[in-house]
Amino acid sequence: MNAPAMIQAVSERFPAAVKTSHMYRGDATVVLRRESLLGVARVLKEDPAFEMNFLMDLTAVDYSCFGKKSSPAFFSSSGVMVSPSPVIPDADPWPGPTGPERFVVVYHLYSLPLKHRLRLEVPVEEADAEVDSLTSIWGGANWLEREVWDMFGIRFRAHPNLIRILMYEEFAGHPLRKDYPVNKRQPLIGPVN
Amino acid sequence: MDQPQTQKATPGPIETREMLLNVGPAHPAMHGIIRIVTKLDGEQVVDADVEIGYLHRGFEKMSETVDYNGVMPYTDRLNYVSPLINNMGYCMAVEKLLGVAVPERCHYIRVILSEISRIADHLTCVGASAMELGAFTVFLYMIKAREFLWELVEMVTGARLTVSYGRVGGVKGDLPEGFAERCRNALRETRRVLAESDALLTRNRIFVDRMSGTGRITPENAISYGITGPFLRSTGVAYDVRKDCPYAVYDQLQFDVPVGTRGDNYDRYLVRMEEMEQSMGIIEQGLRDLPPGPVAVNPETGQPIPAAEMVDQGKAGNIAAIADACATTDPTLEGSAKPRQPNIAVGEKRVFLPSKEDTYGNIEGLMQHFKLVMYGHGIRPPKGEVYFPVEGANGELGFYIVSDGGSKPYRVRVRPPCFFIMSALHKILVGEMAADVIPTFGSVNMIGGELDR
Repeated sequence: MNAPAMIQAVSERFPAAVKTSHMYRGDATVVLRRESLLGVARVLKEDPAFEMNFLMDLTAVDYSCFGKKSSPAFFSSSGVMVSPSPVIPDADPWPGPTGPERFVVVYHLYSLPLKHRLRLEVPVEEADAEVDSLTSIWGGANWLEREVWDMFGIRFRAHPNLIRILMYEEFAGHPLRKDYPVNKRQPLIGPVN
Repeated sequence: MDQPQTQKATPGPIETREMLLNVGPAHPAMHGIIRIVTKLDGEQVVDADVEIGYLHRGFEKMSETVDYNGVMPYTDRLNYVSPLINNMGYCMAVEKLLGVAVPERCHYIRVILSEISRIADHLTCVGASAMELGAFTVFLYMIKAREFLWELVEMVTGARLTVSYGRVGGVKGDLPEGFAERCRNALRETRRVLAESDALLTRNRIFVDRMSGTGRITPENAISYGITGPFLRSTGVAYDVRKDCPYAVYDQLQFDVPVGTRGDNYDRYLVRMEEMEQSMGIIEQGLRDLPPGPVAVNPETGQPIPAAEMVDQGKAGNIAAIADACATTDPTLEGSAKPRQPNIAVGEKRVFLPSKEDTYGNIEGLMQHFKLVMYGHGIRPPKGEVYFPVEGANGELGFYIVSDGGSKPYRVRVRPPCFFIMSALHKILVGEMAADVIPTFGSVNMIGGELDR
C-alpha cells in the first residue's frame, strides 16, 4: 500500500479514532485519539490488510517550544531576506504540530510482508501525560516505553516495569523535555543510603 | 555427640540456592559498558536482567543545540565501528526533509564507503566473538583485515574512526586518486583473511560446539522485539532495508541477502561471514559503475571563469553572468587549483557545505561556507517531520527528524538497531548455560555508543 492509500484505509477503518492525517515527503502519518491507540494498534498488527508486524520505533516529541525560539525560515539574522531555495519542494506542506497538547508520542510501524510503513501520532497533554502501553502487542515496546518515560516523563498505562532505562533512578527531571536546560548538571549518583 | 551420623543416614532434599552473578559493567567480554545480572541455578541461567545506559551522552539533546551539519560529529559516535553508515543515514534523512536529491556519483561514493564500514563492523564482531571463545588468532587476522579497510577510510576521509565525512547534500570530498586500485587490493587481502578465518572457525569443533544451538531466538520473537539486521536474518526472515526499502542506488546493484535457519549463534556467524562477501561484491560493482568524477567546469556555464575575466565582467556591471559562477584562481594555495566538484553534491548552495578546497580557494566558496556556518544562518529545511531508515551493520538504523523551520533540528531521534536486540537479550539468555552468555552476547554486536546514545 502506498502512503495515500494507507492513510485512506486507516481513516476509513477507524473513523472515530483518527483525528487528522497528513503525508509529508511520502511518510504516511495518522494522528489518533489517545484512548483508541491500543485497539487501533492491535488491528493494524493482526488485520491481513495491514499486517504491521514490526514496531520499528517509538519515541516522543515535546512541542512546547515549537517555532518560538528560532528566527523564521529563510531570513538570516541580519534581516536580509534570502529567497527560498527553488530545489526545496514546498507543495504538500506539513500541517504543523497536531494541537495544543505539549507532547506527541510517535510510533513507526512497518509491515514485513506488505512492505509499507505508517507513523502513528498520539498527542498527550502535560497534566495527564499517560498513554496505553503496547507491551501486550509488541515485546519491543517494553524498553522503548521505558526510554520515553525516562526522557519525557510520559507514563504508559499497564506497563510491567516502567522504570528509567538510560538515566539512573536518582536523576531528577526528564532530559529531553524542552524546559530541561542542556547544560544542567546533576550529581552522578544520589545520596548513599 | 554422635547425632550427626544418624542425620547423615536419612537423605533429605538437597538445599539449593540460586546464585546471583553480575556480569559487567566493566567486564572484558561486555564490549563497552553494560551490566547483565544473571540468576543462576547451578550452571543454568534462570533469569537475566540487562542494564544499559552507562554510555549515555545525550546525543538527542545535543543534536537540538547545533545546526544540521553540526550533528555529523555526534553521529560518528553512535556506532563507532561503522561511522560512515551513520553519516549516510543522517544525511539522507535531512535530504529527505529538504526534498533534495544528490547526484548519482555521491550515492555511489556513499554506498561504497558504507559497505566498507559494514565489512569492518562484521569483522570486528566476528573477530571479537571468536576471541572470547579462545580463538585469539582469528581476532588478530580479522583486525589485520580491518586495518586494510580503515586505511581506505583514512585515505578518503582523513580520519579512521570519527570520520564526519557526510555532509547534508553530499559528501565532504571526492574519492582520492588511485582509490579504486587501493580498494581492490584491500578487498583481495580481506578475502584472504576471510578464507583463513573460515578455515579456522567454520568447521572447528570447539567453535561449532560453543556456537551451534546456543542463543536461539524464534522469528516470531525476533519480530515482536523489533530485531533487524543479521540477528533477524539468522532466524530465516529475509528483511534487509537495502532490498525491501531500497535507498541510494542499492536497487541498481546485485546482491543477495543471506539468511539462516535456526536463529542461533552459529547461524549469525555464517550470515555475517556471507554478508561480508556480498558487501565486497557491492563495492566492486560500485567501483565499476561509479559515474565519472568531477569535471573542471561550472555546472551552469560549462566552463570555469578565470578570476581576471570575472573581475572584468564585474566592472562592466554584468553581475548576472557571474552571479553563480566559480572562478579559477592562481594556485597559490594548496587545493585551490582543484576543480569544483559538482558531481558529489547537490548544486544548491543554500544546502551544501562546500569542500575545503572551495572554502579556502575562492571567494564564492568562502561566502557559501560562512552563510552555512555563521550563527543565525545555515541550512533551513521547511517545517516537517521525516523518518528515514538505512541498513546499518546491526540492522535498521533510522533517523526521525522534526524541523521547525529553524537552523537547528527541533528533534533528532535515532533508532539504534542494537537497542532492540538488547531488549530481547534476557529472553534469549534464560535457560542457557552461564558460559553461553558470552557467545550470545558477542553475536549481538552491541555497540555502546549506539545503544546508549
